[in-house]
Amino acid sequence: MSEQQVNEALDSITSVDENSEQYLTFLLGDEEYGVEILRVQEIKGWDQVTSIPNSPHYLCGVLNLRGTIVPIVDLRLRFDMPPKEYTPTTVVVVLKVEGATNRTVGIVVDGVSDAHNVIPEDIKPTPDFGSSVCTEFISGLVTLENDTMMMILNVDRLLSVEALG
Amino acid sequence: MSIDISQFHDVFFEESFEGLDAMESGLLNLDIGAADIDAINTIFRAAHSIKGGAGTFGFMAVSEFTHVMETMLDETRNGEREVTAELTNLFLESVDVLREMLTAVQQKTDTDDVRIGNVRNKLEAMMAGESIAVEAEPVAVETEIIEEPKYQGWKIQFTPHAHLLQTGNDPVRMLRELSSLGELSTKMNDSKLPPFSDLEPEDSYLSWDLTLLGDIPEEDVVEIFEWVDEDCDLVIEPLAVKQTTQVEEKVVELDKHEAPATKTVVEDITPAEQISAVVEEVEPEVVAAAIDKPAPKSKVAAAPAASSIRVGTDKVDSLINLVGELVITQSMLSQIGDNFTPNMLPELIDGLAQLERNSREMQEAIMRIRMLPISFAFNRFPRLVHDMTEKMGKKVELKLTGEQTELDKTVMEKIGDPLVHLVRNSLDHGLETPEVRLAAGKDETGLLQLKAFHQGGNIVIEIHDDGAGLNEDKILAKAIEKDLVDANDELSPEKIHDLIFLPGFSTAEYVTDVSGRGVGMDVVRKNITSLGGSVEVVSKRGQGSVFTIRLPLTLAIMDGQTIRVANENYIIPLISIIETLEVNSSDIKQVSGKGELYPLRDEYVPVIRMYDVFNLNPETTDLEEGLLVIVEGDGQKVGLFIDDLLGQQQVVIKSLETNYRKVLGVSGATILGDGTVALILDVPGLITLYREPSLALVVNNDRAA
Repeated sequence: MSEQQVNEALDSITSVDENSEQYLTFLLGDEEYGVEILRVQEIKGWDQVTSIPNSPHYLCGVLNLRGTIVPIVDLRLRFDMPPKEYTPTTVVVVLKVEGATNRTVGIVVDGVSDAHNVIPEDIKPTPDFGSSVCTEFISGLVTLENDTMMMILNVDRLLSVEALG
Repeated sequence: MSIDISQFHDVFFEESFEGLDAMESGLLNLDIGAADIDAINTIFRAAHSIKGGAGTFGFMAVSEFTHVMETMLDETRNGEREVTAELTNLFLESVDVLREMLTAVQQKTDTDDVRIGNVRNKLEAMMAGESIAVEAEPVAVETEIIEEPKYQGWKIQFTPHAHLLQTGNDPVRMLRELSSLGELSTKMNDSKLPPFSDLEPEDSYLSWDLTLLGDIPEEDVVEIFEWVDEDCDLVIEPLAVKQTTQVEEKVVELDKHEAPATKTVVEDITPAEQISAVVEEVEPEVVAAAIDKPAPKSKVAAAPAASSIRVGTDKVDSLINLVGELVITQSMLSQIGDNFTPNMLPELIDGLAQLERNSREMQEAIMRIRMLPISFAFNRFPRLVHDMTEKMGKKVELKLTGEQTELDKTVMEKIGDPLVHLVRNSLDHGLETPEVRLAAGKDETGLLQLKAFHQGGNIVIEIHDDGAGLNEDKILAKAIEKDLVDANDELSPEKIHDLIFLPGFSTAEYVTDVSGRGVGMDVVRKNITSLGGSVEVVSKRGQGSVFTIRLPLTLAIMDGQTIRVANENYIIPLISIIETLEVNSSDIKQVSGKGELYPLRDEYVPVIRMYDVFNLNPETTDLEEGLLVIVEGDGQKVGLFIDDLLGQQQVVIKSLETNYRKVLGVSGATILGDGTVALILDVPGLITLYREPSLALVVNNDRAA
């Protein structure tokens, strides 16, 4: 690789880093969702949870995450998608949620796919479906390199204390 | 270079409040007439550090107020002033005011300026040699000092050396301190200020000619410059003649091209005057009312500063030792694990036993760090008793025992208010006035005892008084009147005594300042029960009463009974379980076809089917196949229908609310030996849930809406 090429490569990296944000994407069925990567605390495998009485159906229960009790939300059920059986390969993404207090909440997804750099200008607004499709938890849409669409989740709204029932 | 000194504020407040506590207890222990010099010194030192700290952080009102106190304390210390009851009471009042001021500064709220000004005036009046018997007409107390002043004032030439700023001293602060002593006029000399290009920003080029008016002892002036006398040229001369008027003409002159290293000199140096001005405008009644009013507890939801505790080094040392042992055990175990052969099994078992012992010891040592002597909660009582007995014309001796008994910090914080309530009750209702006592053949002085001691994993706090005891007839009459008991019931004295803990009960015929304000004993019991404790009373007519509070040593760990309901494991706090029994379906009585009652000896207890309130899929609905756990919560017994009892264990309580929210019927969660989470049941919550099943659904309805 010539020096010029190296410089160009470096330039492209730095130019990307300057004003882009990284998103972690994961799959729910065929749909691809993204969360800010800085919100992700860890990704772990499925573990037995303890259910909470009288909680909404999409709250699987709580989990012991190294001594703290963390609620786990099944995102499929949250979005009224057909449920999928939990297997050891089911993935739990543990997220940091900001609100009145900072909390840790886990979400169950089908699988983690990739990390993407997104320039804020490329984020398109969410179209309004009216009452037919609930989009209040989606803060924007991004078209990725392979022409798939990523929906950016508003973690704070999706997993707020009120929304967790 | 700028340091954000606000980072030290928390420490300052903490130390100041500690200092105030020290002053308070010191003052209460002062013997009138013959005060112990050490005791006065302690009080003086506390006042001095508060003043110093407040000055450094720029809380001028606090520092000025403390200064007045300090001056008087100094005189007392030097034997120039006698310790009278009047003086101690005034000091106590000042401590209150200071505490209020500090709280206001900490929470950034407003202070009660009238009260502050008033107490300050009283202090100054007393300093000037007057008696403060003028309380009825406090405004009349002017700040005039009648006594011939010893000094008219001081003329000070203050020329800092160039490196003064580098030593960390700030002339502005010293000027501010000076201004707190009296009326200060400053004249700055900037002749040495070099052209801007040659200016060394960390050097000091300015000097001041200061005139300080007022009767100020030389030591006070010298003290301000105490830290810099090596780093400056200082000339302090007494003012020869009165020159009050002409000095006022001199204005704080600050040059425009002031050196960057010196900050603007503070101009408003006389808040004291403003305060007294406020006082003069206020109607006497208002002021009198302001004095009578007890220190207003600001109900502002203050953002509580991160709390901290002081831990003895011995406790930390023992913890370090234990960690050392743990590391040794760990390395031993990993050595066994590295090349394990079946014949090493005994060693492995030994090692695991050692590990268990280590971790238990460590747990205990860590819990000990959170333990504080109960004197923290007891300390407020000498003052409370002092103030209340004075107000009520009673004579009471307060005796504290077992102050060194330790209990968990969280428990301590929550037990304070119930304790105060009980002590107030004893003082108000229990102990009689001297006349009544003498007539009853008792000693004129009543005895109030607070005892704390450990008993079988609990801490017991007893409040004894040798007063009148509970009046059973009156209590019973009141209870019948309020429909709390049936008039025909035959109640034992103990049952009658227990009635006072019922909601809506108060025997106080009239509402006094002290008790009967509607906060009843039911609240006391509720608060104590919420800590997992209990409170009961034993009383004998004419001889006094004993209130006994039992509390768990800590809230972080408790004994639990693991149970199973529909394949889920839950923990019931052992303290709330009365008994567990197998039932015959035929024993169960139906109420209107739905409610179920179980006859337990002489009472009927409602049966709560756990799978019902928690909406679980039960393995069995047949009562004969499961068990009935009789539990007590909020003074009511209920039977919980469960599938099975599993085992008893100590559980570490974890909060569900940290990451989730409060769940009705569940007080928290814990982590079991296998790493899974089990929920801890909250009996009062379950009873609520049983009575109002809709409460559980509110959430889900919200979602559906």
